[in-house]
Amino acid sequence: MTRVYVSKDMAAIALGADAVAQALSDAGAQVVRTGSRGLFRLEPLVEVETPEGRVGFGPVAAADAALVLDGSHPARLGDVSAMSFFARQQRFTFAHCGVIDPLSLDDYEAHGGWRGLTAARALPPQAAIDAVKASGLRGRGGAGFPTGIKWQTVHDASAPLKYVVCNADEGDSGTFADRLLMEGDPFCLIEGMAIAGHAVGAERGYIYIRSEYPFAIRTMREAIARAAAIVAPFMLEVRVGAGAYVCGEETALLDSIEGKRGEVRAKPPLPAIAGLFGRPTVINNVLSLAAVPFILSEGADAYAAIGFGRSRGTVPVQLAGNVRNGGLFEVGFGMTLGELVMDIGGGTDSGRPVKAVQVGGPLGAYFPPSMFDLPFDYEAFAAAGGLIGHAGITVFDDSVDMAHMARFAMEFCAHESCGKCTPCRIGSTRGVELIDRLITGERRGADAVERLPQMRNVAGGARPAEQEIELLRDLCDTMKFGSLCALGGLTPYPVLSALDHFPQDFGAGAPISSAAAE
Amino acid sequence: MPLLHALQEEFGYIDDLMVPAIASALNISRADVHGVVTFYHDFRRQPAGRHRVQLCRAEACQARGAAAIERLASERLDLRMGETSADGRVTLDAVYCLGLCATGPNAMIDDVPVSRLDPTTLDRLLGDLR
Ligand SMILES: Cc1cc2nc3c(=O)[nH]c(=O)nc-3n(C[C@H](O)[C@H](O)[C@H](O)COP(=O)(O)O)c2cc1C
Ligand code: SF4
Repeated sequence: MTRVYVSKDMAAIALGADAVAQALSDAGAQVVRTGSRGLFRLEPLVEVETPEGRVGFGPVAAADAALVLDGSHPARLGDVSAMSFFARQQRFTFAHCGVIDPLSLDDYEAHGGWRGLTAARALPPQAAIDAVKASGLRGRGGAGFPTGIKWQTVHDASAPLKYVVCNADEGDSGTFADRLLMEGDPFCLIEGMAIAGHAVGAERGYIYIRSEYPFAIRTMREAIARAAAIVAPFMLEVRVGAGAYVCGEETALLDSIEGKRGEVRAKPPLPAIAGLFGRPTVINNVLSLAAVPFILSEGADAYAAIGFGRSRGTVPVQLAGNVRNGGLFEVGFGMTLGELVMDIGGGTDSGRPVKAVQVGGPLGAYFPPSMFDLPFDYEAFAAAGGLIGHAGITVFDDSVDMAHMARFAMEFCAHESCGKCTPCRIGSTRGVELIDRLITGERRGADAVERLPQMRNVAGGARPAEQEIELLRDLCDTMKFGSLCALGGLTPYPVLSALDHFPQDFGAGAPISSAAAE
Repeated sequence: MPLLHALQEEFGYIDDLMVPAIASALNISRADVHGVVTFYHDFRRQPAGRHRVQLCRAEACQARGAAAIERLASERLDLRMGETSADGRVTLDAVYCLGLCATGPNAMIDDVPVSRLDPTTLDRLLGDLR
């Protein structure tokens, strides 16, 4: 019987993979469901096992089952891992994703699974932490804080109970690497968390997954049950979010696990000192934790050997939006933005010129193609007024209206604000109104206070566009410095970068081209 | 939260009448429960339609034409985002990112994810909802 591999990743299913798998199994093939390789243009992708190795076909429709099995399907790709999109990657974290059956312990072990955990457990906790420090691993959730130092703090705190929490809230648009990993290689995350538990002395862990990811929730729960005996005495539990972006912020996330409203806590105390239920807590992104098994099994030097400047190791870049080769591209830091978008990504999917790319999710800056020589590195992006965030790159073609995108950033902030601080809660709504006025060219009238007889030296209501823009910059400044967390604090990034790099879209009375419509 | 998720799964929404019972079961105040229910976008206080259509509205889908799909769905169902049809057939909701960002516009219809929505597919899928 022929063995074939079909992804059961949510993205592949959204493109029809279930029907394809059914058709293949009806045609007599033995179907193994894997995670996704991460190049969505090829999904549904089918790989057929042959004596020469796996032969890929994609995209495939359910009606094509027979052609795939006899090898005559026109979308024959040959060895998928030899395609340039994959051959150019350095897959440390995602080595098994799309290759193995995500829930098979045998597969995981056969591909080198648990070696990191075994190595870690043979070491005293401090030595495991030293390895993570030496690897140079920095948090992949957004802030880029060195993971080893965070672990050290939790290790050094003395408390009867400690926790390891995995942040799988992945709320940023344009990112999906956490989801891909949880669906495609859940044991890797479990292994990383168990290593963290050993290193800091924690016996309980939580994985907080957003409710928008039902497939990842199911896969993780099943994987936890299957691996329970291996990671014991470390115990894991999945907690499900409820559609609040701000719960990705670490302290809001902890409140949410505790069953409260996900409001941001003021720091200090750091979660590493007083986190979940007031105990010392390691909180890391999925990708930070999933990078750890490699570091322990292959050695910190192997990880630190690649990278750029102070950004060591690999970064799972996610190419999204209007891009031809959308998907996951894991590579050492330092590739330029242009290489990623044009060479790897293949430019826009619509075939029109690229106008802007947003890096790092809804709080990341927009960059024009003139800045494509920027190397992918935490420091370089910060210097250019942006951030890497969770390493998602969303590509837009020339039909996008940047004033509209700036408005969306403010609207999103208003929608998701936890409400704790005024610049974010109120400022974002005022920001939407301001940008609306810029877009429509409408002038505001004097308000009730301005009409009072006492207000003699007030200019009245109407402001020319230049003054409105100045006010918008002022508002951004207030939000940036007056907000408790990065939601309010970073919303100015997309707004200001749109304003700086695409001023023509904010021209007085510029017509709003229906953004992103075809 | 796990309790609220379970209740919503069972009844489709969290009735205000349930709040006192939840509060006493967890030994917290009614205000606390109310605060949690209203904070999270997922929890609803009114029954939803028999079918739930969630359209992604985040940046990556916008870059692939989500705005046009949203307008079309709104027109076909005669609902605005967040509304439920009078006959209780369908609820139209916005979602901010389903993590399928390279193949938008995306939607989740009941529990089935759908990518690369175009007007024809959308019409067919909406027509299938009874
Ligand atoms: C509004 C907001 C949303 C965030 N969303 C996420 C998220 O979805 N996933 C994540 O890992 N970190 C997110 N973060 C960053 C976390 O606060 C925190 O930095 C991260 O979990 C630390 O893990 P790391 O050191 O492994 O990156 C968010 C931060 C803010 C302010
Ligand atoms: S900036 Fe916004 S989301 Fe963050 S704490 Fe303040 S109100 Fe809450």
